[in-house]
Amino acid sequence: MRSVGWRARLRSARVIVAVLVALVVAAGIALATVNRTPHIRTSSQFVAGTPEGDTPVQLDTTLYLPPATPAPAVLLAHGFGGTKDSVAGTARALAQAGFVVLAYTARGFGRSGGDIHLDSLQYEVKDAADLVTWLAGRPQVRRVDGAPQIGVAGSSYGGALALMLAGTDSRIKAVAADITWNDLAAALFPNADGQVPGVFKKLWAGYLFEDGLSQSSPIPVRPGAARESLAPQQPSDVQCGRFDPTLCALYLDAARTGRPSPALLALLARSSPATVLGSIRAPTLLTQGQDDSLFPLGQADANARGIAASGTPVRVQWRLGGHDGGGSLADSTLVSWFGDAFAGRVHGRQPFRVEQQGAVISSEAGNAVPQMLTVSHYPGLDGENHRQVALAGPPQTIAAPPGGAPAAITAVPAIGAILGQFGGLSGQVSALSLLPGQVAGFVSAPLTRPVLVGGSSSVRIVVTAHDSTDATLFLGLRVVSAQGGAVLPANLVAPLYLSGLVPGEPTPVTVHLPAVVTDVSAGSRLAVTVATTDLSYELPANPRTYTVALAPGSTLSLATVAGTVTTSGQPWAWLIAGGAVALAILLGVWLLFGLRRRVLHSAPEYADVPVVITDLGKTYKDGYRAVDGVSFRVERGQVVGLLGPNGAGKTTTLRVLVGLITPTSGSVHVFGEPVVPGASVLARLGAFIEGPGFLPHLTGLDNLRLYWAASGRPEAEADLDTALQIAGLGESVHRRVRTYSHGMRQRLGIAQAMLGLPELLILDEPTNGLDPPQIAEMREVLRSYAATGRTVVVSSHLLAEVEQSCTHVVVMHKGRLVATGSVAEIAGGASMHLAVDDPQRAAQVLAGAGIAADLVPARRALEEVFLDLVEAE
Amino acid sequence: MTAPTRKGVHARLAVSPPGEPPRFRPGRTLRLRVEFVRQLKRRRTQFAGAVVVLLPVIMAVAFKVGGAPEGRRSGVTLVSLATVGASNFTMFVEFAAVGFLLVVLVALFCGDTVASEASWSSLRYLLALPVPRARLLRQKLVVALSLSFATIVALPAWSLAVGTVFFGSAPAQSPVSGTLSFGDSLGRLGIVIVYVCIQSLIVAGLAFLLSVSVDNPLGAVGGAVLLFVVSNIIDQITALGSARNYLPTHFQYAWVDALSPQISWDNMIRGTGVALAYGAVLLAIAWLRFERKDVTS
Repeated sequence: MRSVGWRARLRSARVIVAVLVALVVAAGIALATVNRTPHIRTSSQFVAGTPEGDTPVQLDTTLYLPPATPAPAVLLAHGFGGTKDSVAGTARALAQAGFVVLAYTARGFGRSGGDIHLDSLQYEVKDAADLVTWLAGRPQVRRVDGAPQIGVAGSSYGGALALMLAGTDSRIKAVAADITWNDLAAALFPNADGQVPGVFKKLWAGYLFEDGLSQSSPIPVRPGAARESLAPQQPSDVQCGRFDPTLCALYLDAARTGRPSPALLALLARSSPATVLGSIRAPTLLTQGQDDSLFPLGQADANARGIAASGTPVRVQWRLGGHDGGGSLADSTLVSWFGDAFAGRVHGRQPFRVEQQGAVISSEAGNAVPQMLTVSHYPGLDGENHRQVALAGPPQTIAAPPGGAPAAITAVPAIGAILGQFGGLSGQVSALSLLPGQVAGFVSAPLTRPVLVGGSSSVRIVVTAHDSTDATLFLGLRVVSAQGGAVLPANLVAPLYLSGLVPGEPTPVTVHLPAVVTDVSAGSRLAVTVATTDLSYELPANPRTYTVALAPGSTLSLATVAGTVTTSGQPWAWLIAGGAVALAILLGVWLLFGLRRRVLHSAPEYADVPVVITDLGKTYKDGYRAVDGVSFRVERGQVVGLLGPNGAGKTTTLRVLVGLITPTSGSVHVFGEPVVPGASVLARLGAFIEGPGFLPHLTGLDNLRLYWAASGRPEAEADLDTALQIAGLGESVHRRVRTYSHGMRQRLGIAQAMLGLPELLILDEPTNGLDPPQIAEMREVLRSYAATGRTVVVSSHLLAEVEQSCTHVVVMHKGRLVATGSVAEIAGGASMHLAVDDPQRAAQVLAGAGIAADLVPARRALEEVFLDLVEAE
Repeated sequence: MTAPTRKGVHARLAVSPPGEPPRFRPGRTLRLRVEFVRQLKRRRTQFAGAVVVLLPVIMAVAFKVGGAPEGRRSGVTLVSLATVGASNFTMFVEFAAVGFLLVVLVALFCGDTVASEASWSSLRYLLALPVPRARLLRQKLVVALSLSFATIVALPAWSLAVGTVFFGSAPAQSPVSGTLSFGDSLGRLGIVIVYVCIQSLIVAGLAFLLSVSVDNPLGAVGGAVLLFVVSNIIDQITALGSARNYLPTHFQYAWVDALSPQISWDNMIRGTGVALAYGAVLLAIAWLRFERKDVTS
């Protein structure tokens, strides 16, 4: 029966392989369907923009066409210092999502002509309107009621352009503006008390101007460029690059003095969306970065208020990153926004979203990753939920060093991203942002509850300048952890510029702290710091001192966010679906078990017959027919030998008899009850089939005990002593079965079958591995066992053995029943044997003596009968 | 071997005529106590117990000797906080063990239980006893799951004890922000344990199905672990997108959401749904297969 083991092993291998293959195929299909990217067609062309005086200006554009047209179109503008190529990735993503995209290089940059006017309403915005006209003429752009469906999107420089175009061109149907400004003057000369102009953001301004200058350096032949004919470089050319000369001059003046001239302020106003927001009718998405010292969250807030004032739907999102680095706007955000906007799904109050840095732990590496919070509507920069936090600290006098050096380092353009990575972690680098003698601090008690700060908190302080009529101060909101490290969220400070002070006279002022999103845990403290220097800003050159104090009764009004974690889809649906599947399956299996319970009727007429086998047939799964049409019965008190060569079907018959395998045809009744797996009648039967089976880690005794315990019957019924004596293992019963010899296991197995002295004992090849005395002993046991009225079925291929110990024989061969009957019947009638050397003569002699004599064949050994029977087949 | 006692046997047999047929009650076969004894005395059970006992100690000693691990560039991680206190240490041990060790142990308990009986040939004797097949599976599954859950509970519980000895019971520090009091962190730990138990239903079901299909314990345990690893690898292919959500291992680590200041239940809810569905399907197949199986080993 080795082949069965092989088959089982093969089958198990097949199961694993099948599941593996199924998984791989599923993965392949999924991969194939996911990775099918649509084909995008592009074409580059120059489009005429607004002339620079009399000089015509050509704009460098690329049109991206999705596979299916007509489709809504998006005009895509780039950031300062970029070209149409810097937005190619976003353009492609939008086109793949089914939008026509026109990306272009703004005037003054790349291969486009003209000067940089800083998103001026007279130039850049008009250029964009020209491009909208051009787009509207394309057949690939979808029209609804004759109106082309065109939206505009951009980041930073492109974002302001998007807003200003939407405010001046009614053909725009949707807007997405990322990390951009509302009022360029307020962004470059910010003031924490709201009075613009405040402190000059000199480092950022310088970097941006530099970016504009670099557009001029190599000037080979620029197609369409207005200034390409300038062969020898003029000094103004080097100093101003492609900046508009007027703008350039005003900037240079402001950079020198640190204060903007009215002319510059007027020019900056023409470059600010603030002036046209009220005219925007297209739904607008405003995304602003939390790590942005150039255009902080307040700029988006002003834009949102301006647009919402006229009832236009506006959606605000505070994303991670910004001009200080750390991530860009996800293309998917744009795709879903324009999808909603063009489908007319954006109306009414829009939800507000906040991306929270490091809010959850990644399940992949155990580190912190961001999460998105949703609030039902935009609460504004100052927030709707305030928590009043008491601050403590005496009035402190701080000094501003001459020349503004050394200066505190907080968010610095270009290296801000690097600082942010560390500053947020250890607080060591942020020590640079607090220089001794330059900082006053007001600290709260440890918070009892955690809080998510979101927006601009405010506090009222009193500033006394001692030797000047103006004051330049930098305010920060710091989180001091229970361990003592102070962190400046996003490295942002709010500059405060006060003028018209009287030296020595205290001036109260309400200041707005930088707008940040940060999680403050219970046990941490909050601190408001007031510093005299910051590297990024224009600082007064003369040394001065100020005294800073909290206004009497002033508390920190903390802007908080109470959002829910943005969920993708419905998590409960998963649980409900999973639970329903589980319930349905359990119910189904339970029902199936009930239905499948075989309707086999007991046969009361056989109630006293130990075994009745009727027309038994068994074909294994591989088609091997092990037993075919076997019928026989076993009566009480018999010792029946099941005889046959290997492969005759003996073991299969016995397996069916104890319910291990299900017959393909016929039936088996034990004491009148049909045998099915787990039939109760099997309790009246003890079996030893195909060798012993024990738990190798237990002793022989424990094995027998646990085996009996598993039957659930009382221990007293087991008759363990008898079984142990039959096993005859002596002290070895206390050793682990692992250490037993084959014969010992065999004897223990027979003893196990005899536990409880069952009425029907089935032994399959019991004498395997036993020595002759043990075989003789076993024979005796079987005989006396049957003598008590019990019944024994023994299978064997050893013929002599069956002959000696059995009363009846069932002979099988190749799965068929060959003969059945008592040993005597099978082996021939009983008679005396008289051995003579000449039978013929002996008969004559006997006849002469008056003794009747017949010549009969001698009783044959069972072996001969068996061989005859087998050969007859 | 001589058999001096055999005569006694014959005498005893002679005076023991068959009496009334025994009263057989299927509901009392293979009671849990019996099955527990059968399993608990096994070397592999004791080995698994030893691993659970030794692992936290080894890790604690390693941290003590090697010093506190430093945060990596990706930010503060569970490992860099492992030595803050008992709670953090426990969270880290859990994080390190869930991916593979607990999977292997659950697969061991559930995959080996029927297959090893088949390989020892003792399965056919239990069935001939007779222990009804559905009951055999039920009792085996109850014991295997009990051992699995006991392991899942014991590892963090023991880690907490070891961590307290080595690192004290400082408040747990979240990698995200802030601290949790010792009581709070015990609550979070409870959530984690319950969720890991639910998730283990998947590998338990898989191992159990293989256990009734295969006559070789190594094949059942190894097969379950192998399929789990394959699922994990497929889960790494981000190109599969949301299709990965349906992988049995995708929400394996969703319990880390319970460590954030604000517990996010979403993925744990999803993971529970997935685990219930997978567990039910696999166990149902196991039951149906075993019920109609020809036991030939």
